[in-house]
Amino acid sequence: MNSIKVLLNGIVKENPTFVLLLGMCPTLGTTSSALNGMSMGLATTFVLICSNVVISLIKNLIPDMVRIPSFIVVIASFVTALQMCMQAFFPEIYASLGLFIPLIVVNCIILGRAEAFASKHGVFPSFCDGLGMGLGFTIALTVLGAVRELLGTGKVFEVTLYPEEYGMLMFVLAPGAFIALGYLIAIINKFKKA
Amino acid sequence: MESVYQYLIIFITAIFVNNVVLSQILGICPFLGVSKKIDTALGMSAAVAFVLVLATLVTYLLQTFVLNAFGLEYLQTIAFILVIAALVQMVEIILKKLSPALYQALGVFLPLITTNCAVLGVAILVIQKDFNLLEGIWYAFSTALGFGLALIVFAGIREQLEMVMVPKGMKGMSIALIIAGLLSMAFMGFSGVDMGLKNFFNLPL
Repeated sequence: MNSIKVLLNGIVKENPTFVLLLGMCPTLGTTSSALNGMSMGLATTFVLICSNVVISLIKNLIPDMVRIPSFIVVIASFVTALQMCMQAFFPEIYASLGLFIPLIVVNCIILGRAEAFASKHGVFPSFCDGLGMGLGFTIALTVLGAVRELLGTGKVFEVTLYPEEYGMLMFVLAPGAFIALGYLIAIINKFKKA
Repeated sequence: MESVYQYLIIFITAIFVNNVVLSQILGICPFLGVSKKIDTALGMSAAVAFVLVLATLVTYLLQTFVLNAFGLEYLQTIAFILVIAALVQMVEIILKKLSPALYQALGVFLPLITTNCAVLGVAILVIQKDFNLLEGIWYAFSTALGFGLALIVFAGIREQLEMVMVPKGMKGMSIALIIAGLLSMAFMGFSGVDMGLKNFFNLPL
């Protein structure tokens, strides 16, 4: 029961993107399409779960003074492993996400969860927390990517909904990222109060 | 002479055409977090500029003389982030001694430069773009200026925004993001300037 609560906490109550507003760079930078957003979300989820589990396992071995650097090394190792796997098995997605794969290291969500949750809890709750936060992030990125892809090119997940020439190209480019997220947050604020 | 033009183009491209925040979407956290007042925005830009140039210098040397020399390219991400984290700690200690006022103003955001993707992003981009050391540092410096420009303009707009009626649900981050979008749209007007300049100076495109 408790682990379900931890899981849902990440997806709804403390959704990293819409509520905590963390990890904005990948949120805005990689959501030019729903597929890109989802791949970025899943990649981050993978790193988040692995780093949370490892950090909760070794939390008693790390002296308090060098806590943060040790967390960063753990995270960076998983990001490097992920980078190599993606390059080998999903070269197309790797190419379209580009610089943002190594930049998972500096995603505030991952370090934030390591510091706020994994360094204080056991292995299983940390796993649930990583999964919940990761899924919350993935859902947010997929929604944002879908909105931008739909407005920009008339497609969602490559499925055409209306002809491309009616799309506003701006939404696939950088300005559309800011504006789409701004309005999405406004909509969520509205529902939160209701 | 040609190389002078090359540096001019790197400068203009990094500040206006490929602005690090508004067009490459890097370093959004400090951009949204410390942009409520122009004073703190100035301090943050200066801190980022200092760290960015220093980090690019150190990571470039690390890449050339350690990682490339020993065939350890796959350690790039880990090595770079550790160097940057150490540098930020150093800047924090220096600032605490030299300017306690600024140190207080920047508060929690100084340690967050470690997780500022602009710093790691630029360090990796310099390697990817095959710049030499001087070009790389110049690129980092120009990028930092571009970051400062975007941050300060944005902070100026947000200061004015305090006096404006904003619909309830859009207060705070929502309206800030939309303003950032409009700024980014304005900066899109510069796209193509780099190609035009290259044409003008007869440089290879």
